[in-house]
Amino acid sequence: MKHTISVLVENKFGVLARISGLFSARGFNISSLAVGETEDPTVSRMTIVVEGDDKTLEQIKKQSNKLIDVIKVVDYKEGDFLDRELILVKVSVTAKNKKDVIAAAEKIGAKIEKSGEKSVCIEATGDRSKISKLLDVLRPFGILEVVRTGRIAIDTTDKGLKADGKPEVNE
Amino acid sequence: MKMTGAQILIECLKKENVEVMFGYPGGQVLPIFDKLYDAPIKFILVRHEQGAAHAADGYARATGKVGVCLATSGPGATNLVTGIATAYMDSVPMVAITGQVKSFLIGNDAFQEADITGITRPVTKHNYLVEDVKDLARIIKEAFHIASTGRPGPVLIDIPSDIQLQETEFEYPKSVSIRGYNPTYTGHPGQIKRAAKAISDSKKPILYVGGGAITSDASKEVTALAVDNGIPVTMTLLGLGAFPSSHELSLGMLGMHGTAYANHAIMDSDLIVAIGARFDDRVTGKIDAFAPHAKVIHIDIDPASVSKNVDVDIPIVGDAKKILKELNAHVKKPDTKEWLKTVAGWKKMYPLNYKDDGLIKPQYVLEQICEATKGDAIICTEVGQHQMWTAQFYNFTKPRTMLSSGGLGTMGYGFPAAIGAQLGKPNAHVFDIAGDGSIQMNIQELATAVANKLPVKIAILNNCYLGMVRQWQELFYKHRYSHVCLNGTEPDFVKLAEAYGAVGMRITKKEDVRAAIDKALAIDNTVIMDFVIEREENVYPMVPAGEAINKMIGGGLA
Repeated sequence: MKHTISVLVENKFGVLARISGLFSARGFNISSLAVGETEDPTVSRMTIVVEGDDKTLEQIKKQSNKLIDVIKVVDYKEGDFLDRELILVKVSVTAKNKKDVIAAAEKIGAKIEKSGEKSVCIEATGDRSKISKLLDVLRPFGILEVVRTGRIAIDTTDKGLKADGKPEVNE
Repeated sequence: MKMTGAQILIECLKKENVEVMFGYPGGQVLPIFDKLYDAPIKFILVRHEQGAAHAADGYARATGKVGVCLATSGPGATNLVTGIATAYMDSVPMVAITGQVKSFLIGNDAFQEADITGITRPVTKHNYLVEDVKDLARIIKEAFHIASTGRPGPVLIDIPSDIQLQETEFEYPKSVSIRGYNPTYTGHPGQIKRAAKAISDSKKPILYVGGGAITSDASKEVTALAVDNGIPVTMTLLGLGAFPSSHELSLGMLGMHGTAYANHAIMDSDLIVAIGARFDDRVTGKIDAFAPHAKVIHIDIDPASVSKNVDVDIPIVGDAKKILKELNAHVKKPDTKEWLKTVAGWKKMYPLNYKDDGLIKPQYVLEQICEATKGDAIICTEVGQHQMWTAQFYNFTKPRTMLSSGGLGTMGYGFPAAIGAQLGKPNAHVFDIAGDGSIQMNIQELATAVANKLPVKIAILNNCYLGMVRQWQELFYKHRYSHVCLNGTEPDFVKLAEAYGAVGMRITKKEDVRAAIDKALAIDNTVIMDFVIEREENVYPMVPAGEAINKMIGGGLA
């Protein structure tokens, strides 16, 4: 089962290596990892999609929290959050089907960023089902290349996720 | 006041009350060594950086203080790695300082350059590469704080040599504030009350005590919980000494080479109170067969250890000493009369035993060392059969007297650790119980011991084999002794000791064992006692890998 977690970390050299090293050492499967600065330049935020059962997820959260550079770990329950990803797809086209490719992409809400005689580059932003639908629709035409950013997520409450130290993990 | 990085380091170590440190010089630590030359810190020059790391570790375990080691860049730093990993696996407070090539050369494959922060990331609690001399004091203060608080562990600080020479205004920070690091010390009061009730209601409770109880200085509270409530106690390898082995409630060590009665007790119990222990695979054996009837209370400072291997019913995250004080106040004595009778029956039926048939038996040597030292010595061990016999046959009664590499199982740990322990406890008798294989791994530290007049007693249980591996090959690989026989290739340990200026003895007859130990204790010098023991003695009982821990073999068991 896939889970999405957000990890607030110190914006310091080596932190990405610490997290990925921890995950690989403990055999935690990373499906995707996106990282960037937050509204606070001393804090970076990683959104990690991990594979595993509930027990594994609990260990992932606890072991990540142990890292000194990790400030907070949050995992998102279904329905509680927005997830988005940016995808760029290069699709091969012919003079005959180019119109269909463009129409299919635009129907899903994707944009045509570059249009050539033999290929088009399509950009889309959306949740996992939109991205997956786009790929399904484009696949029959011949996908040449796919670049994805990995998922980012934000919860839908009225509060901002603050880097205010780890809550004590007391079950 | 303006100071160089090297001077700042020394000042910070003084502020952290560092009295002893261990290390070895090199090109990228020359500025630091220049300041050490007339610093009021006792610096112990080892003969291999691995010895420095293990000595810092032994010093830390024996005293409870942070152990400090220092090495140069490249190979000096990489030589520390085994020692750092050893400390990491056993949660030992240590600060390792390494020199690094000049900042502008980092990443250039410079001479004696190694990415030590990259290499030690998985085996340190945290590590730092100092990029600006202005950060150095804060980093050192943070390092000591991280190493010694929460679940202790090794912290490495990598200091490029140009930063050691740069000057800045020195100010030692008054406090440490790390937003990502906030260990919990006070247990949740609701959980504590639940645990107290569970204990009061239990019929077959057992205390399972690990190294964390010793780190937390919780012996008194563990003893009170056990004795006031009639609850038997079993200990892990690193927990030995937390509760006196001589007490009738003590079941000794449990697990793969634990006592049969400890294993039967925990497998039959209805309530396990785990205190500073982590349900390691050496203890649990086959995990889904472990303690099938028991509810589990887990008191531990590391939330990640709770429910990692074994499902826990009542977790209490926090400091063991603090939590037990609260818990003891709420527990009502459970009715354990029948249980204690059962346990006493097991102790009678399955005592630890060995055939004392005239040759020198390793178990006999340990018993004699225990008697001769009145169980009061600090015992370091290497790794292997001798380590297990030590856990079984030396009766530990005090905390911080059993120093052994449990988690990593590092051969070569014991002797340098004994050096560190002797420096930390100059009035104690310190032993290193070794095998003939292990002792050769850091034998060069004989020079360190003699040069610093450390009267460490090394007891080699010499069976001319890499014993533990030979035992497994005998039992599970049809006696195919692949590359474990040391016979005919061993040095004369007596001559070796004398070559280093120490005292050497060889003991070949059982009747000479005790006299040799007494003689060694009276010698004010490092001593090697080479006990020639029965070659193919096995450690029993033994839980074969992958079995439930009540399926033991050997040692006259049903």
